Amino acid sequence: MVEKKKATTKKTETKKAAPVKQEAKTQAPAPTVKATAAPGVTTTQKPRIGVFICHCGTNIAGSLDVKAVEEYAKTLPEVAWADDYQYMCSTPGQGKIEKAIKDQKLTGIVVAACTPRLHEPTFRMATKEGGLNPFRFEMANIRDQNSWVHMHDREGATSKAKDAVRIAVAKAALLQDLYPKSVPVEKAAMVVGAGIAGMQASLDLAAAGIKTYLIESAPSIGGRMSQLDKTFPTLDCSQCILTPKMVDVGRSANIELMTYSEVENVEGYIGNFDVTIRKKARGVLTPKEAEARGIVGGGCNGCGDCDAVCPVIKPNDFEVGMKPRKAIYINHPQVVPLIYTIDFNVCVKCGLCVTACGPEKRAIDLESKDEFIKVKVGTAILATGYDIFPIEKKEEWGYKRYENVITSLEFERLICASGPTGGHLIRPSDGETPKRVAFVLCAGSRDNTGVGKPYCSRFCCMYSLKHAHQITEKIPGCIPYIFYMDIRSFGKAYEEFYYRIQDEGAKFIRGRVANILEDPKTKNLHVYADDTLLDRPVDMEVDLVVLAAAIEPKADTERTRRLFGVSCTGDGWLQEAHPKLNPCGTTTAGVFLAGVCQGPKDIPDTVASAEGAASAASIPIHIGEVELEPYFATCIEEKCAGCGMCVNLCPYTALSLVEKNGRTVMQVTEAKCKGCGTCGGFCPGGAIWMNHFATPQIVAQIDAFLLGGEQ
Amino acid sequence: MADNKEWKPKILGMVCNWCSYAGADLAGGGRIQYPPDVRIIRVMCTGRFDSLFVLKAFADGADGVLISGCHFGDCHYLEGNYKSAKRMFMVKRLMKSIGLDDRRFRMTFVSASEGAKWAKVITDVVNTVKELGPSPLTENK
Repeated sequence: MVEKKKATTKKTETKKAAPVKQEAKTQAPAPTVKATAAPGVTTTQKPRIGVFICHCGTNIAGSLDVKAVEEYAKTLPEVAWADDYQYMCSTPGQGKIEKAIKDQKLTGIVVAACTPRLHEPTFRMATKEGGLNPFRFEMANIRDQNSWVHMHDREGATSKAKDAVRIAVAKAALLQDLYPKSVPVEKAAMVVGAGIAGMQASLDLAAAGIKTYLIESAPSIGGRMSQLDKTFPTLDCSQCILTPKMVDVGRSANIELMTYSEVENVEGYIGNFDVTIRKKARGVLTPKEAEARGIVGGGCNGCGDCDAVCPVIKPNDFEVGMKPRKAIYINHPQVVPLIYTIDFNVCVKCGLCVTACGPEKRAIDLESKDEFIKVKVGTAILATGYDIFPIEKKEEWGYKRYENVITSLEFERLICASGPTGGHLIRPSDGETPKRVAFVLCAGSRDNTGVGKPYCSRFCCMYSLKHAHQITEKIPGCIPYIFYMDIRSFGKAYEEFYYRIQDEGAKFIRGRVANILEDPKTKNLHVYADDTLLDRPVDMEVDLVVLAAAIEPKADTERTRRLFGVSCTGDGWLQEAHPKLNPCGTTTAGVFLAGVCQGPKDIPDTVASAEGAASAASIPIHIGEVELEPYFATCIEEKCAGCGMCVNLCPYTALSLVEKNGRTVMQVTEAKCKGCGTCGGFCPGGAIWMNHFATPQIVAQIDAFLLGGEQ
Repeated sequence: MADNKEWKPKILGMVCNWCSYAGADLAGGGRIQYPPDVRIIRVMCTGRFDSLFVLKAFADGADGVLISGCHFGDCHYLEGNYKSAKRMFMVKRLMKSIGLDDRRFRMTFVSASEGAKWAKVITDVVNTVKELGPSPLTENK
């Protein structure tokens, strides 16, 4: 009884509210709103809404009563037509919409189906095909946010679906014609991070004729791949296949390489990103920079005379601290660009390098400062890569406590011919050649203790197999023991490689390593595990332990992603627009992802992802213009008091105060407005009309919500 | 509230397109079950919410209101969620001053990757409102 009484009160209230809506409607197409000046469609016509309810097979129909929702929709005063279909997104489903628009002279469309984030574009197209403006479409989400999450409450789900339809119809009745705005796209792209992903993406963009700014925070390009020795399963030398690409990047006329640089600030939107780049003080001039300063034929030529005299010694990060470098340094002989860098954190400015460099080259400038460079690009690709998880956090394995426990990246440098030992694998404690090496897989990966990472790092199994191969190849008689949970050899020719390593004599023990203890005298290590295949505990004495440490997003990923407005998962990996169908895109139009920053990938997958991102990033540039959703703010000038509150609230400086007909009113710069609606949410006079999310439309939705509970 | 065994709370959820709406979709994809009592209105950003929307909803019969957006620093429009949060505090103060329990109004932050969190938030909100019973503003009607 109480309910019923309430319902009737509500009804009268909405009737009362109706004139307000009407008023808003007539005000809405304010003279300044170009987008709403729809030819041939009068805004005073009585709404005739068509409602279409999708079964989605049994996805929706299995959990709620589609027919009941349809019957309910027919009772709504604005609804002129209601229908249902197995799959509304199919060609016949869309055909129903098109036909009903024509036959029933509909003014708006509501489809109750999945999520607008999936099929809004589809149904907008169908609405357009039927002869209506595509923005006269509203979607009611009755699958992702209803039937899938209330699978055991048919009554509750059906009632929620009715409410969702009523709310959508209320909005659809007030929707207006809108026209997307086209903006030109700057014919240039930016790639952040110059590992294999960033390099490949840049090379593809450059090959497609697009000017590409490649930004790298390290002094040289190449990223993680340049630290590796061999690559699985082909056993190609990593440097051998990487350096040609590095050289191509350095030479490409379309790539502007900016090493030792970081993205400082990003403004704008797809087609027109204004990016500020911080070029960190390098202390060394390139030949180009030297020429700009009038030093003809000068600048760094990579001779290394400075390196020879520099008195400051630091561990080399590239060699994972296993080799020294000077305060003025290059990481390895194959660096691109071959330009030295001064580490000003440790440089004592003694000037010895300046003298050694000599008066002709004059390449060294000890007073150099950070520079800021502004560039404009149409699209951007993030390829920020990964770091090694600090595996010392897993204390039971003794990394950084026991000298002979190393990470796989350290192993790569030790086994690499250009590494600190010239390719001789040694025990760090005594320099002896190990005869028994244990590999600990899933070191920090697939770890639900809260210390490590819950995900699989995806390439540790394969590189550990490769390490086992390299040991048996280089050190006759040395036995690799692989402690594994599962061997994940999923790629092309990977499983075959696994069999090959088994045949080569590697020993596989299925069990997670529980603990590692060091023999203080011999510095040998005891590896304790449970062999789950033989069901017995293992205590194995080995000379060297290699931890296949988990990977995590590069430390500065967080900063970079926020600059570009890209979201991330709980683990910090960057969030793609859709995990399956749009793995390179992001929710920020014009920003794409390449490589491991999106999630762990091996080299083939990384390269494929980079090529995908490059292709996606080149499309808007080649089209030359991009359509922006017309959700701009507009000022209803009669209501605007010119207080200017909105001007300060706008994060994009899209609003300003102007004098019009002797009054101060707000004016919107449409090109800058992104349609967040923050101004509209605050305007005390209700003078801001947000296209597609206008106050009367939202109020109508709230009114429709409040009618709930009567069916 | 005791005599209303069948009473179903009227809860309005106003969520942003980029984080919480996507998070809610993700909960759907993962088939994470939660109570069906919240009705969702989607806007581009939580910054769009006028305090009056919330007050209107309460004045006209809502038992609870939820606003959910991106985490701080993650807003698709840079800082809309900060501005929305500021309004939320103001509205809560106003609610208290008129004797309306401010637990009926909640702002949460659910990212596009937090489907499980969305389900938890909805369950919490529904439980809280059910515990508080029908809004005193609806009883007077």
